[in-house]
Order: sequence, then structure tokens, then C-alpha cells
Amino acid sequence: MELYRSHVLICGGTGCTSSGSKNIEEVFRAELSKYNLTNEVKLVRTGCFGLCEAGPIVIIYPEGAFYSHVKVKDVTRITEEHLLKGRIVTDLLFKESVVDSKVRSINEVDFYKKQQRVALRNCGVINPEDITEYIAFDGYRALGKVLTELQPEDVIEIVKKSGLRGRGGGGFPTGLKWEFTYRAQGDQKYVACNADEGDPGAFMDRSVLEGDPHAVIEAMAIAGYAVGADQGYIYVRAEYPIAVHRLQIAIDQAKEYGLLGKNIFGTEFSFDLEIRLGAGAFVCGEETALLNSIEGKRGMPRPRPPFPAVKGLWQKPTLLNNVETYANIPQIILKGPEWFAGIGTEKSKGTKVFALGGKINNTGLLEIPMGTTLREVIFEVGGGIPDGKAFKAVQTGGPSGGCITADYLDTPIDYDNLIALGSMMGSGGMIVMDEDNCMVDIARFFLDFTVDESCGKCTPCREGTKRMLEILEKITEGKGTPADIEKLESLANTIKSSSLCGLGQTAPNPVLSTLRYFRNEYDAHVHEKRCPAGVCQALLSYLIIPEACKKCGICANKCPVGCIDGVKGKEAYKIRQEQCIKCGACMEACPFKAIERK
Amino acid sequence: MGREILTQENYSRLNEIILQHKGKKGALMPILHEGQKIFGCLPLEVQKRISEELNVPMAEIYGVVTFYSQFTLEPKGEYTIGVCLGTACYVKGAQKIIDKIKREVNVEIGATSPDGKFSLEATRCIGACGLAPVLTVNEDVYGRLVEGDVPGIIAKY
Repeated sequence: MELYRSHVLICGGTGCTSSGSKNIEEVFRAELSKYNLTNEVKLVRTGCFGLCEAGPIVIIYPEGAFYSHVKVKDVTRITEEHLLKGRIVTDLLFKESVVDSKVRSINEVDFYKKQQRVALRNCGVINPEDITEYIAFDGYRALGKVLTELQPEDVIEIVKKSGLRGRGGGGFPTGLKWEFTYRAQGDQKYVACNADEGDPGAFMDRSVLEGDPHAVIEAMAIAGYAVGADQGYIYVRAEYPIAVHRLQIAIDQAKEYGLLGKNIFGTEFSFDLEIRLGAGAFVCGEETALLNSIEGKRGMPRPRPPFPAVKGLWQKPTLLNNVETYANIPQIILKGPEWFAGIGTEKSKGTKVFALGGKINNTGLLEIPMGTTLREVIFEVGGGIPDGKAFKAVQTGGPSGGCITADYLDTPIDYDNLIALGSMMGSGGMIVMDEDNCMVDIARFFLDFTVDESCGKCTPCREGTKRMLEILEKITEGKGTPADIEKLESLANTIKSSSLCGLGQTAPNPVLSTLRYFRNEYDAHVHEKRCPAGVCQALLSYLIIPEACKKCGICANKCPVGCIDGVKGKEAYKIRQEQCIKCGACMEACPFKAIERK
Repeated sequence: MGREILTQENYSRLNEIILQHKGKKGALMPILHEGQKIFGCLPLEVQKRISEELNVPMAEIYGVVTFYSQFTLEPKGEYTIGVCLGTACYVKGAQKIIDKIKREVNVEIGATSPDGKFSLEATRCIGACGLAPVLTVNEDVYGRLVEGDVPGIIAKY
């Protein structure tokens, strides 16, 4: 094995790739060969580092120097100063890396300090396209142990003891699921992985697949052994091309190394894996709809029971778990269930990955022990709200979840606490909103999403969500009546109790939770015809403050409908309200902030 | 537009794909994915061919094609502009970006501009939430957008 004096890690996650990390890698490669450093410095393209806000990210070890927002033109300087002369280029480091003119390594930065990485342990550490790097980090050791030392019952016992619960949102005890599938009768069984991560603003599963695909493959093989299946399917969204690409490479490499296929580790056990692509249907994240989709049918849910553990793919017993759930398994086998159960709260064990987004300084991916409070996540790890704005709410659980307000920020995060607050853990999307977000509009946004994604099989969801959306549109357009709010509530409760699958049963949650915590905003829209956050266009008007107007005429030039009058240099400008389309172009254009929105 | 897509060559490529997958369980979805790559869309003629080769009723294939939003019956414009309307992008003002594009290229969401150059789509979360709001033009990604960036991006194509 070759030894290197430095490792340059370049983030190859979707976020950083979108902001040009591939170019940066190429330029690094060219610079290294120009200075004859290719034998001394190793370039590694890794999975996501998590702090997407700071992308593209480059980390140089052994120092752990954390370069953020790296541009192509910075590469030469980093190569010449840091790699050639050993001087860290401090002005290009992440802003929190330099404290009192001392450089801190990436692990000491606030964003990473509170985190504990189990599912993400290899993301941003290894090259996901090289199986030997995974193996060097204990990869496939858990599979070896399971196949050569343990009986299927022992494996199930370990998973049960660990207290691991489904990370896709439901929170069902994983070990029980494995046991049900193990006990089910069938000549053929299947193992499936749900990687149809459809919640808008959530990208945990994608990052695991991009950064550590072998962890999922290894776990699925372990699951196959435990429940008695020899075929697995990974159902991935087609919107994740990098994840699909790396997963395919990983599967091919595992086959080449004999870690998938016939007689793994010289035992009787055989296991094969196939990728199946989704085609843009949110409902396929629901387990029975996903099974239909793998079978090549319309992705519509089936009534339960029978549960997939009894009758799943092609009516055979099928074990279905989410990506992050699987990613925990090899660690649980290696370190023992007691270790895992020692992390977290009484009823929610281990860690959880969250995708933090919206109005937050450190947008990105983080993994924290269960029981960490929302305040710690948002204000310590997340770095708080940008531009000095006030925190208003955090939305968890995507279109199935709800909003949590400032009053509950000290709640420890676990499955049961979030449900008690009218939200849910969901798959881990966490969107932060500030004073500029209108909660009625957010509820409308989510309903718009569910109406679009409802598969149409059952009436409450197909018709009910549509009616709810119409009412919400009426309210945001300023045409709502007090009776509408009551109607909205009763519809919501009906849909919740009578829909066939999880999509419909949880679709009203965004409305119910905003009604619970932000009733005053609904009232303002209905009674006063006013949008307190200034978002709902129909309820806004733009006004030029005469005293502040410098009579420059820039606003009148920008107005797309020509409804601003005035005389340049002489007379203050005015907006003709009847014609105004409320596009906001004038307000953005005014250099003197003389235009206000009410 | 007007570009001939139902060529002999495309059909024989489709046949190859069908041969590869035929007999596998749940072969329809992978074939449709590949078929759309070959033809750019899945018109009835193509669905009919798949139906005959796989011995699956046409109604079932049509049902599947129309169920999933990524399958399309009609060809798309030369460039597809996708504006992410995931939650993170939405709370950071993606609606304004999409409205601006509608005005700039004269196209509605889900439609193609009269000259066949641009198709506009409101996409689901593409997972680049760190760059919100985000839009894509075919493979190119543009992030951290403000309304004013739109004309410059359009002009590049």
C-alpha cells in the first residue's frame, strides 16, 4: 500500500457538485501533477460533508483544514501554499475555523461538535466508489460475523435489543419487522430498501447512498440472511443520478469481491441485489405503493393488512426498510446492541440524521443523538437565523408533518415528543422559517403538493385534499370567511381518519398544526384581509413613501406594467394601485428603500 | 420540434432493451425508462410496440406511463428548465423565480415555449437545498438565485 503525506478530500455530494466541485477536482489534479506531488498527496472524492452551505468544500488532512466556498482560482494558492510549503491559507478557511488567529480542525467547528455520526460515519471520509476504502473502515466485517458466527434468530435478537426504529418516518421497531418476515411462511422471500426519498427539503438518504453505498448493501445482505431472502431490491428516485450511479458501482464491486452473489464468505448463503428506479411519484415512498411500483404497476397503495412482511413483492413475504435504518445495522452488529441502546432517549435509541434547510445559517446534513433539543440543533449546530431575523417555526416531517414554534424549542427530539406536538419525525427534513414566512401560505404549499401527488385511489384523499386546497387558496386570496376555517378543520379530521394510506392520513397535518399554533394568522387573512408576513400577493400593496422618494424614476423604469407616475427630479413617484400586479420589481430596484410593502 | 423520432433505428434499439429485460420480474418500469431515453418520450406507438413484445395489455402500459410524472407522451423542448419547488427553495422565494421565467420565455409550467426551445417544469426537491433557490437547465445547475439572475441564465441558451 502506498503512503501519502497529505490527503485532499473534495466533497462529491449533490450540493457541492452543483456548485462546481468536479472542476475543482480536475484543477487540483492538474496542479498536483504540475508540482510532481501525485506520489505524496492523495486526492479523494468523498460523499457529503454535511455543511452544504459552505460548499464547495475541500478538507486537507492531517491538519483537518476546512476550506469553504472554494473557487477554481483558489486551487493554485492552496496547492502552492498549503501542499508545497505547509502553510494553511487561513483566509480561505471556513469562517469559524480561525479563532483568535488559531486554526481549528474541522472537528472543532460548532457545526460538527454536537454531532455523533453513526449512519453518516463514512460520508465525507471515504471514496464511495472504492470498495477497498469501505473495507478498510471495517466494511463487510459485520456481514462476515453474521454469516460465520450467528444464526438468523441471533441477528434478529440483536436488532431487537438495539431498540432501532424505522428511520423512514413511521418509527416502527425494526427488529419486530425482521422477526415478522422471518416467521412468515413462503418459498421465496425478498428484502427491499426504500430510497424513494420524496419529502421536499430532505436529502438524508441521498447523502448516505452517495457517500457510503456499501453500508446499505452490507446491511441488506445481513437482513437477507436474517429473514431468509436471497434477492433484494433498492428502489431509488430517478431524481438522484449521482446516488444511482455510485450505488451501481458499489453493487458491481461487491459482486466482484464475492460479497454479493453465490455462497458469500464460503457459506451456503447467496444474495443478489438490483436497483429499481422510481419515476416521480411521491406516493411510492409509501411501502405498499413502492412494492407495486417495483412490480411494474401504477404506484398505488394496497390495503393493509396483509402487511408486506406477510404478502409483499409478488405476494411473497418482504422486508422493507429505509436507507438510514439499514445504514445503522453494520455498526449495531459490530459494536453490539447495548452500545446503540446507550445512545438516545428511553424510547428512541441511537442517532437521527436531519436535513436542515430554509432560513438557517448552516444549511446541511447533520446527525445527532436522539434527545438533543430543537434549540441545540437550530441555534448551535445550525448557527441560527440569517440576517438577524426572528425565528418563527420549524417544520418537520415534510408534507406529513407540522410546524413547531419557539415555545417548544427546548423539547428533546424523539419520535413520541414530536407527535405530541402535532408534528412527526418523518424522514428527517427540517425546514426553518422566519418572520417573513406566512404560515397560511406554507399550509397551502404543502396541500398543493399532496393534491398533486395523491394517487387517486381513495376518495377522502383524492377529493378531500383538493377541497382543502381550494379553501386555502380562497383564504390566501383574501376571499375567506370565518366558516371556511371551520370547514377546513372538519375536512382535515375526516381525511385523517378515513384515507387508505399514510399519504392521505397525514396530508391534513400541515393545516392542523398551523391552525393550532398560528390561528391568529388565519384570522388576519379572513377577518382583516391582511397577510401579517407580507407574502400573500392578493393581500399586499406596494406604496412609495413620499418623504423618502428621491424622485430618481428608477422604479418607474422597472415597472413591467407602467403603473408608476411621477416627474424625474421634480415630483415624488406614486403607484396606481388598480393596475399594480404586485410583482415587487420596484421595491427591489429602489436604491433608497423608499418603497414599502403592506 | 418536427424532428422524426419514430425511426427504424430507435425501434431496433428499443427491441434490444426489451430483449434484455424480458422474462425478468417487474420489467416494465426499466423498459419504459430506457424507452424514454431512446425516443425522448413515450408516444402511443412506442407503448404499442412494448405491449406487443412483452405481452402486457396496452391499457396497463398507458396506465403506468400516465401515473408517473417523469414519463411523458410528448417530446420536450430542446432545453428543460426545472425550477425546484421543494420546501427549502420555496421558503427562499422560488415562486418569484418561476414567475419571472414565465414572463421572460413566455411559457407556462408544464408546457413548451412556442419556438420549441424551452420547457418549463416545477420540479420536486432536487436535494441541493444548500443552494436554494435552485434551477436547472438540462444538466446545468444554478443556485442561490435572485430574480435578477434569470434573464442572464436564459440568454446563455
